[in-house]
Amino acid sequence: MAEANARPENQPAQPESPPARPETGPASSADANRTPTDRPARPKNQPARPETDPASSADAHRTPTDRPAQPENQPARPETDPASSADANRTPTDRPAQPTDSPAQATGRHQPTDSPAQTTSQHQQPTDGPAQTMGRPQQPTEHAPNQLTQAEHNERAAGSKRATGQDAQTARLEVVEVSKSFGAVAAVQGVSFALYPGEAHALVGENGAGKSTIVKMLAGVHRPDTGTLRVDGSDVDFAGPGDAKAAGIAVIYQEPTLFPDLSVAENIAMGNQPLTRTRQIDRKQMHATAERLFRRLGVPLDPTRPARGLSIADQQLVEIAKALSSEARVLIMDEPTAALSAVEVERLFAVVRSLRDEGAAIMFISHRFEEITALCERVTIMRDGRHVATELVADLSVDDMIRRMVGRDLSALFPKQQVTPGETVLEVEGLSREGIFRDISFSVRAGEIVALAGLVGAGRSEVMQAVFGVDPYDRGTVKVHGRRLRKGDPRSAMAAGMALVPEDRRQQGLVMDLSIERNVTLPRARKLARLGLLFGGTERAAAETWTRKLQTKLGRLSDAVGTLSGGNQQKVVLAKWLATGPKLLIVDEPTRGIDVGTKAEVHRLMSSLAADGLAVVMVSSELPEVLGMADRIIVLREGRVTAELTRAEATEESVMYAAMGQEVAA
Amino acid sequence: MSDTLTKSATPTRTGKGNLRSKLTGWDTIIGVLTVLVLIIASFAVDNFGTSRNFTFMVLDLLPIILIALPMTMIIVTGEIDLSVASTLGLTSSMMGWLWNQGLSIETIIPLCVVIGAVCGVVNGFLITGLGLPSLAVTIGTLALYRGLAFVVLGDGAVADFPWNYTGWVTGTLGGGAVPNVLILIVVLALIFGIVQHATPFGRSLYAIGANAQAAHFSGIRVARTKFWLYVVSGAIAGLVGVLWTLRYSSARADNGSGLELAVVAAVLLGGVSIFGGKGSLPGVLAGVVLLTALQNALRLEDVSGQALNIVTGSLLVLSVLLPNITTAVRGNWHRRRLRQAAR
Repeated sequence: MAEANARPENQPAQPESPPARPETGPASSADANRTPTDRPARPKNQPARPETDPASSADAHRTPTDRPAQPENQPARPETDPASSADANRTPTDRPAQPTDSPAQATGRHQPTDSPAQTTSQHQQPTDGPAQTMGRPQQPTEHAPNQLTQAEHNERAAGSKRATGQDAQTARLEVVEVSKSFGAVAAVQGVSFALYPGEAHALVGENGAGKSTIVKMLAGVHRPDTGTLRVDGSDVDFAGPGDAKAAGIAVIYQEPTLFPDLSVAENIAMGNQPLTRTRQIDRKQMHATAERLFRRLGVPLDPTRPARGLSIADQQLVEIAKALSSEARVLIMDEPTAALSAVEVERLFAVVRSLRDEGAAIMFISHRFEEITALCERVTIMRDGRHVATELVADLSVDDMIRRMVGRDLSALFPKQQVTPGETVLEVEGLSREGIFRDISFSVRAGEIVALAGLVGAGRSEVMQAVFGVDPYDRGTVKVHGRRLRKGDPRSAMAAGMALVPEDRRQQGLVMDLSIERNVTLPRARKLARLGLLFGGTERAAAETWTRKLQTKLGRLSDAVGTLSGGNQQKVVLAKWLATGPKLLIVDEPTRGIDVGTKAEVHRLMSSLAADGLAVVMVSSELPEVLGMADRIIVLREGRVTAELTRAEATEESVMYAAMGQEVAA
Repeated sequence: MSDTLTKSATPTRTGKGNLRSKLTGWDTIIGVLTVLVLIIASFAVDNFGTSRNFTFMVLDLLPIILIALPMTMIIVTGEIDLSVASTLGLTSSMMGWLWNQGLSIETIIPLCVVIGAVCGVVNGFLITGLGLPSLAVTIGTLALYRGLAFVVLGDGAVADFPWNYTGWVTGTLGGGAVPNVLILIVVLALIFGIVQHATPFGRSLYAIGANAQAAHFSGIRVARTKFWLYVVSGAIAGLVGVLWTLRYSSARADNGSGLELAVVAAVLLGGVSIFGGKGSLPGVLAGVVLLTALQNALRLEDVSGQALNIVTGSLLVLSVLLPNITTAVRGNWHRRRLRQAAR
């Protein structure tokens, strides 16, 4: 966190830095990064920036064109991130152009005493490929001025100074100290970064790191609580998505939002239709525009065909065409590749690269590291709503990225009791549902807490909903205590002793308009009835018992459950299902959106239930929760099991590796 | 037993607002209104309070109130059945046709109830089996069943039903003030009331109407429940078709035309939310009585049929409008209190 928010105030006296780079480079020692003397590339540029932009974090200052000389953020960085300090400042286009500088940096990092040549090759010439630490594919910035002379470089720097506040050096889009809270939950806190023209910038982070909130603020869906958004250097305040669009920001979501029954051309022109003189829609021009856009994107799509039936990839290309037609200069892509095949991804990337080279600023959100390294020059990492770092992709290994995404202390919030597992309660074999998950097999024993980990959309909830019977499945079997359950029949699962605390409390867990007591007794109203009749008193007594056991804070049991706080609502859901006396409890995101105190209570409850011999399956997107609570962790990725880890084997890194499709490190 | 239901109309209730919300609940309002109308009418309107008029009123109530019993359940689950009046017409036609075929009345009556139930099965299958919207399906079968009724009986009428049956429907207990059919109404209303308000099945109706997904996640068989509601609705419509035919001693294809709107109006007037999840049977019963009593009183005062429609229509609009207004007013009070507390 510290390095992320490093302010100009922390910096060494930058303005004094002598411009003479050749002399300083080799001489500087291990903390080369921190001394102003070895960062001469933009001496003139430097002083100006902190003044014009004091609020933004250090990383946000970097531009693709004049990246080198911003040591402001250096002092803070090495403590947390020794691996990528020096190069971090460089921006894609002129990254390698500091030959004299390099030995020092490299030395500082890896080889305190010798072999400057080697380190140079390692860190200073990423475009040369082979020596790249990560052995990653080449950066797409082939035009990196590897052979830039010092003179050229200085000129560029000078030019950049001149241009301050204008095109080339101005961030196309700047996010400055932006915060956004929803109720008591701080989704985004003091995040700053910048997108420059001609840059593809990745935004990564775990589930719930705040990426989507950032996207929604940029799209004008949410308004920042504090902080500023800047487009081309001037502050903007989006009252709605229309304003963001007018400012040239286009957002492409994972699920395209086309009108299926309109033609491709009509979709592109939506809200912006060309008119004839008689104020009718000019179809000819509409089609011509669409065709021109498709030619420019190099995609062979027929503008007159309806959007229905287009592949997701083609729909995304239509969305991009739509963005281009409104002259978007910032393209924000929120996990656009999640549903695409490798070939489609490559086609999308080709289009995105050409847009980037034409000067658009691209923000790319993905959970696939191979895509980030293939497409992006810089990456901004978020964690828990905060900005962690903005780095050159070339400077980070996948390891580094993951570590920074998850890097936090495992709190002592998880009071897991040691339990010797008993007999097998749940057996799932070869469970498949077309297009959702495939070949899922696992078992859970009494007293065990098994966690299903993975990214949002990996199919975890869908698997457990199929196991419980609220969703159908195509193949496979679900057995409880050796007896096979009927497919798609929650009552059969409930009769076998299964209970599901679902992911979405408001839509699936509770009937918000009904009273607390009715909600608690809903799944077992039949058992409470005498001679088929059910009276308020019986329900109240039953509800009373369980809400008291879970220490639910409530006014009256006859109050609508929607009047309770999120944490207490979750307790009502737990009460509802624990009242059925389950043998197997499935909890899906049991602590989502509830406060820390209640969280700990829920964890304690789960632990003690397991200690009493209950088999527990927990779906959770919170890694600390998974690692803290689970005896075993099953990791899903894109509908398949990619790893099954014991408590001892599991670390944040190994789980994230499996969740993101990387090989599990030994 | 309906205390949660009336309260749920007040989302912003605070701790001590319980009594007030109970007093201002729609059930109470409609009940008081009904009693007021009955009292005022019996003093102000000649012949309103006579036992003869009471019998007529009960006979007028009969079709609306019986069909409203299952209709209340259906609307509570968030669906609707507009085909009930046409089902009534079809069973009336079938009754006449079967009578002409020489079947005994003892065979015909249960058969007609079964025919009504079959109409309900068709609705239920289209709605829950194929997942079609109930509004569209039952508008379709509204036309379909009425059309079939005309196919069966044409424009004619069958009138020669046995006296002992037609007489029972229009008669009173021992020749006194209590109509025979009132017993039927009371028995069925009790059964439906208990099922709706004091059984697990009844509980599930409210859960389905308020949040079908959460109901599904709680192990409630949503589709099956709705299916049986349509079957029951059809069977009751069939029974009412029989009663209607016997009351007027006339089996006609156009019997009960437009009755579905009167039923839906009465149910909504009784405080059932058209969006599902809210409402109680006592409220609906009061709504039916209010509507019928008002129409009866106005008719006794020689108000024309068109003017009666105006009254019915206005009442329906008011019944939908008033709860919203009271909720909004309560919300305002609540907000003002919060604002004052914040100061």
